[in-house]
Amino acid sequence: MKKLISLTVNGKSYQIATEPNQTLADLLRYELGLFGTKKGCEMGDCGSCTVIMDGKPVNSCLVLAMQANRRSITTIEGLESEKGLHPLQQAFAEKGAIQCGFCSSGMILSAKHLLDKNPKPNEAEIRSAISGNLCRCTGYQKIVEAVKGVRG
Amino acid sequence: MSQYDVINSRATRIDSQDKATGRAVFIDDMKMPGMLYGAILQSPLAHAEILSIDTSAAKKLPGVKAAVTSQEAGLIKYGVSPARYDETIFCYDKVRHVGDNIAAVAATDLETAMAALSLIKVEYREMPAVFTVEEAMSDGAPILHEEYPRNICAEVHQEFGDVETAFKECDLIKTTSFVNKRQDAAFIEPQGCIADYDLSGTLTLYSSTQVPHYVQRTLAMVLKLPVGKVRVVKPYVGAGFGIKAAANHIELAACLLSMKTGRPVKMNFDREQVFLHGRARHQFFHTMTTGVKKDGTLMALKHECYLNGGAYSSFGIATVYYAGSLLGGPYRLPNMKYDGYRIYTNLPACGAQRGHGGVAARACWEQQLDMIAEELGMDPIDLRLKNMMVAGDVTCNDLNMSSLGMKECIEAVKEGSDWKNKKGRLPKGKGIGMACGFFVSGAGYPIYRSDTYHGTAVIKLTEDGGTALVYTASAEIGQGSDTAFAMIAAEALGIPLECVRLESGDTDFGVDLGAYSSRQTLMTGHAVKEAAESVKLQVLEVLSRELKIPVYDMDIKKGVIVFKKEKPDFSGLRTRYIKEHRGWTDNPAPEEDLSFREASRIAYLAKGSIVGTGKYKPPELGGKFKGATVGTSPAYGCSAQVVELSVDMETGQIAIEKMTDAHDCGRAINRTSVEGQMEGSVSMGIGEALYEEVKFDDKGRVINADLAEYKIPTALDMPHVETIIVESNEPNGPFGAKEVGEGAIMPTIPAILNAVYDAVGLRIFELPLTSERVWTAMKIRAKG
Repeated sequence: MKKLISLTVNGKSYQIATEPNQTLADLLRYELGLFGTKKGCEMGDCGSCTVIMDGKPVNSCLVLAMQANRRSITTIEGLESEKGLHPLQQAFAEKGAIQCGFCSSGMILSAKHLLDKNPKPNEAEIRSAISGNLCRCTGYQKIVEAVKGVRG
Repeated sequence: MSQYDVINSRATRIDSQDKATGRAVFIDDMKMPGMLYGAILQSPLAHAEILSIDTSAAKKLPGVKAAVTSQEAGLIKYGVSPARYDETIFCYDKVRHVGDNIAAVAATDLETAMAALSLIKVEYREMPAVFTVEEAMSDGAPILHEEYPRNICAEVHQEFGDVETAFKECDLIKTTSFVNKRQDAAFIEPQGCIADYDLSGTLTLYSSTQVPHYVQRTLAMVLKLPVGKVRVVKPYVGAGFGIKAAANHIELAACLLSMKTGRPVKMNFDREQVFLHGRARHQFFHTMTTGVKKDGTLMALKHECYLNGGAYSSFGIATVYYAGSLLGGPYRLPNMKYDGYRIYTNLPACGAQRGHGGVAARACWEQQLDMIAEELGMDPIDLRLKNMMVAGDVTCNDLNMSSLGMKECIEAVKEGSDWKNKKGRLPKGKGIGMACGFFVSGAGYPIYRSDTYHGTAVIKLTEDGGTALVYTASAEIGQGSDTAFAMIAAEALGIPLECVRLESGDTDFGVDLGAYSSRQTLMTGHAVKEAAESVKLQVLEVLSRELKIPVYDMDIKKGVIVFKKEKPDFSGLRTRYIKEHRGWTDNPAPEEDLSFREASRIAYLAKGSIVGTGKYKPPELGGKFKGATVGTSPAYGCSAQVVELSVDMETGQIAIEKMTDAHDCGRAINRTSVEGQMEGSVSMGIGEALYEEVKFDDKGRVINADLAEYKIPTALDMPHVETIIVESNEPNGPFGAKEVGEGAIMPTIPAILNAVYDAVGLRIFELPLTSERVWTAMKIRAKG
């Protein structure tokens, strides 16, 4: 049976009726139309559905929508501001960190979480922070370089 | 300073901002009004006769709109190579692997569709199954396809020169065997599609595919529709690596269901189904015997190979040919004999994956070359350089190396890795190794026998002037082809990249064979360049008439008209342009050069829409022997890599510490994208070398069909890759460009094998190099 939850997504409040078995990834994609959150495996292995929930990166395919009740979520759509693309988005685009782009949303959000916590990460810290986000195209090098270019 | 204005630069990809912001639309991001959700019923058994299928209960479930089996689908056979069409949409007599397709349903939501599948009753009579090459070829083994005794799907027997006679002249003859493991491409986006059969009888399929053209033809043939009534559109694709290079079952099933219901039908593979239906790298069993002279001169190679093909042919005929033909280069090898066999087994079918057919063969041979170098007391680099082909050489199997920067690649990685001071001088447990490889820049012939163009392109100038719209049916799947073609169009037309807008991946835009065999940069690139040159000529012809200046005395560069001689008075044209744009704030000032925007507007006023077309097909390539087409290409990319690694002497764990990678891609169109292909190839090679193996239980079920148990490299596993772009000027490439997407994987695995030997003194002939395998090899050696 559906239950009403309230949550904040990219700064906007929502009240939504959700099924108990609906995942946060599906809620974001199919109920809110935020398709930037990708589903690559639906088992928490690939990281392409990474979003930031109350300041922590989570695999949104492993979070039930109900668990997001009264939480605050940031998706890739929430990174742009009036000033334009987030510096990480800009760096990913310019440095060749994006090929097919399917992992990019999750990758950028994991990197953002790292920089929020640790503005000057070293390479090992960058690699560790994105190690839950699989990318089959780039070999990660240009992703690491893009994050390095943005760090303080 | 580059002589080019647009290409050969590090232009930002035209799709990267959409992808960075989540705006780029992939197949599962699409939805259509009234859309149904489809699902397929798969066989739980590896080999079984189908006694009956009953869909009546499924059809009665509320919300179910259609349930189809071979009864509705028909029995038209299809596949990849017309010589081996051995699949039907649904099985009718028997199933041949776990996951084989029995039926499909469409319902108002996915949950209902899944519930309906569980209501379909299938009676099977289980039959004995074969999972290995040995089992499949043994006497009395069950046969998968009656037409193919001993389960031999395809065999190749080729000899160039005279291997046995050459062996008699050799001072050293070396035989080794090698086996890799079945790989999964592990792209992050599972395949998906939406089929929409509309009221006018046109079938449109939106699909996560690398090859809209081949999918269009397969749909038309199997569903008995005119090709003109079938349109295939590719949204953004989350990579493919070869596996999305043929029509798959959900594409066909979704189309059939849409035709039955008259509504759009969406189908997706889940991750397990990517493993079951993604036709990735075969398992190859190679045995190679190489003969050399004392001075290191390569004389002959005798090569035998068996492929575990799985239940259907897919790309397999090409694969078994490629496994032999791609050893013809890059070394001068006068004599080569190859016997290859692709064997049907009751496992999911294998197909083409990055480096099609050549990766395991290259690993086997490049390791053997190192062993030979050691026995001859030569540096492995010197052995390779001694035998290396140069531009203009033709292999014994008639592959023409029209450009070949192989020596330059070797020198670059030798220098870049400080090979001289490291080879043989690293402490125990640390090793350095190198290898080479090459690959086609597009298959010389289409998959079906045809005189078709391999690529066409259309460029239309916007009527108001200033923007070139490029239309190509080619497939951007992440490699950056859209950007490369926009750059080629801009360069050839003489305008800035921002003045080009490009649409691709739609069969309505023309014919393009798609993203496989590393073909698009060269082939589609030629078509786009020709279309751009045509448009440019049309504009200049109009100017020529208006200004009374010969076309050859004008050019277009950086968006302005260049007058090679005296600058004419073009004020009349400018006045006409400005009159048509009263109120515009960006009209040209009198002192400015005549712009492309003005010129293309004037051209439109004279001629109507300015449209240019381009096309490409390779000239007749290769020899006359059976299978001569496989391996032919207008050009070959090549690469050399040096790897440095360490082996934990206690655990056998390998850590890759550094890669130095040089690739000759001809003229680099986009340098960032070239490096991206090199780095991505290395990472896939490292995965195959160290971790990747699709595993089955004794019933033929995949036991690691997920990205937790099937391990691909993470950011923590990847070393720093030093990429060195070696540019040759390929005479058959657009602006001299050729491949980089697949050749770059060739040296990775053997370089690692050779570095492991350098580190611990062990030759290992089986992948992956897990710590268990390396540790066991070290233990066996310690016991003596």
